[in-house]
Amino acid sequence: MDRFRQIFLEECSENLAVLEADLLLMEQGKADEEVINRVFRAAHSIKGGAGTFGLSAMSQFTHLLETLLDELRSGKRRAAPALAALMLKATDVISQMRDDAQAGGPGQSEAAARVKAELAALLALEAQPAETAFEAIAGEGPWHLSFKPHEGILASGNEPLRLLRELKTLGFAVTATETGRLFEPDFDPQSCYLSWTLDGPAAVPEEEIREIFSWVEDECDIELQRQATEAKPQEQAAAEGQARQGQLEQSIRIDIRKIDQLINLVGELVITQSMLAALEGEGGEIQERLDRGLSLLKSNTKALQESVLGIRMLPISFAFNRFPRLVRDLAQQLGKEVELKLVGQQTELDKTVLERISDPLVHMVRNALDHGIESPAKRRQQGKAASGTLTLAARHEGGNVVIDIQDDGAGLDKGRIWEKACEKQLPLIQGRRREDFSDAQLFDLIFAPGFSTAATVSDLSGRGVGMDVVKRNILALGGSVEIQSQPGRGTLFRIRLPLTMAILDGQLVAVGEELFVIPLINIVESLKLEPDCLQKAGGGVVFYQLRQQTLPVLWLSELLGTKGEEGSMPLLCVVEAAGRKLGLVVDALLAQQQVVIKSLEQNFRRLPGISGATILGDGKVCLILDIPGLVARHVGRESDADAASAA
Amino acid sequence: MTTILAADDSVSIREMVQFTLESAGYQVQCAEDGAKALALARERKFDVVISDVNMPNLDGIGLTKALRDLPDYQFTPILILTTESSPEMKSEGKAAGATGWIVKPFNPDTLLKTLGKVI
Repeated sequence: MDRFRQIFLEECSENLAVLEADLLLMEQGKADEEVINRVFRAAHSIKGGAGTFGLSAMSQFTHLLETLLDELRSGKRRAAPALAALMLKATDVISQMRDDAQAGGPGQSEAAARVKAELAALLALEAQPAETAFEAIAGEGPWHLSFKPHEGILASGNEPLRLLRELKTLGFAVTATETGRLFEPDFDPQSCYLSWTLDGPAAVPEEEIREIFSWVEDECDIELQRQATEAKPQEQAAAEGQARQGQLEQSIRIDIRKIDQLINLVGELVITQSMLAALEGEGGEIQERLDRGLSLLKSNTKALQESVLGIRMLPISFAFNRFPRLVRDLAQQLGKEVELKLVGQQTELDKTVLERISDPLVHMVRNALDHGIESPAKRRQQGKAASGTLTLAARHEGGNVVIDIQDDGAGLDKGRIWEKACEKQLPLIQGRRREDFSDAQLFDLIFAPGFSTAATVSDLSGRGVGMDVVKRNILALGGSVEIQSQPGRGTLFRIRLPLTMAILDGQLVAVGEELFVIPLINIVESLKLEPDCLQKAGGGVVFYQLRQQTLPVLWLSELLGTKGEEGSMPLLCVVEAAGRKLGLVVDALLAQQQVVIKSLEQNFRRLPGISGATILGDGKVCLILDIPGLVARHVGRESDADAASAA
Repeated sequence: MTTILAADDSVSIREMVQFTLESAGYQVQCAEDGAKALALARERKFDVVISDVNMPNLDGIGLTKALRDLPDYQFTPILILTTESSPEMKSEGKAAGATGWIVKPFNPDTLLKTLGKVI
């Protein structure tokens, strides 16, 4: 479209030149019919093109000029010099709009508004009648339609067959065909003698049916009526009307790039706001006024940000909707009886998150049916109901969405998991005994790469992914997944996801001169580092004795190659991901704030241990730590004490 | 392959119509006024004609009337490009023998959709 818009803008210049030259002639009283027609055509072309190429302001404005010219053309007005002068002014405005459009500017100006008002006053425009509201009518039955084309309908290039085809798409069916004079001796092969009666569904709005016949109103006889049904009580009809109005929700399709641009801009605004927030609280009268303005700006920025992010939000039902069918088919295939319960379908989350979580959900649901829920015979043996229950429940918790996938099946078999892990020689269990693993850690093994044998390509989710891929996807979204399971009672997979990938609540920490952001969701607690509690272990790993637990410790300064502060009192920030904890040594904890996530990959390159970057109020770029990544790298080998405490 | 004759005096609209229709798999010939369109129509038979109303040297209404007088174009769908705000233009078009109209401002989607009603 853009290419044609460019062509239009060039053409517009030519038409403007025509307008200008001819209007000058008109002003000098030298305008004949030819000139007036030329001027009209130029204005008409500009209006049509502007409308077509999305320049609605220009189109509306030129429409007024065109209307005036039309009155000149039809002799309703005289081509007076004063009128030509006004139209020349209008031409200047259009020219300005054209230049604005070329430069990508606003295309609205005070001059435009002034001239528009003058033109409108001259035309004494009448107000448009207001749109009538949609009203429900009591007792709306199915449609009954009689369609009698006139014999000459074919001469206008219209073809009754096409109209019937369109009616069919609305759900109409032919109930009778009349052949009329078709078999008379004086029959003319170029005339239409057939006519039809059709019935159609009550739900089709009348104007949609009328729309089909809009081109042939004068070439056929249409009788459209609703068949009588029992009149509903007023109240019910009104309620249905309202319900239908609810379905006719106003919506607009917007290019996702535009929304992302908006989100980016709001992000910049948030940064600006935090920049100004640094001015708070110096004292003095001006300061008080400034503070008031700042707090207002803060609340407005937050509200704006939330509503912009809300645009990208969709209810999780978009992902859940495929499951009733999927579960039914799969249960039949496996010879199991399963009842599916969907809870919290209206829970909203970001479109991108929703799209990326769909496939993992499918895989987990398949797993629950495959390995979780037992056959009806086996369930009866154990005194359970023959039909198993699978529940998918979504809800908001804090700044996250929590999705539970719960079955009431056999539960995870710890012994079997251990056997399989040994069989596959998973690196995670090298040199460790079964007793070293808490239940949670054992369950976690099913997410280990190489554990699940997804050799069969699933015919439902379209690709066979192992549980390791499921977990990787969830981590990539900044989420987590945990498992709870009891033998004979069932299994619960709990997924936590951020509402959006654009913003996170962060804790600013200082390491020497450098600042980093740790996502608040991952922080368990922060405390003063007691050097006595540090224990060195083999392989250069350092542990910290925190009450009953032992945690591996990382010095961020070493990890990130910055210099820690000499002689400071370091702090230990305990973070957790995927149920495993890690201590990070930092020099200071600073503010907690919402940060706008900027992708490193798009702006720089991927760094291990870093999930993204943000820009602080003072304009400094600051890296966001990838806690799940760090935990996965550094917490492979907990001590016995930790295993005991986590159990 | 459906052949379409498109007449419009505006080069940008012509380009857009041609591009849109060709992308949709139609074969398109353009004319910049009614007289040129009529000359093209006399040379060969097009399946559909789309014409603007306001054109120099024979407007859309005149073109429609002239086409309906040609034996080849008695039943050919002829669509007039018109603005919604002029019902009299529509009735004038119908009187001249037009099949229907494409309402301005139109975009590629509405153009193809309206065309779909006659092909």
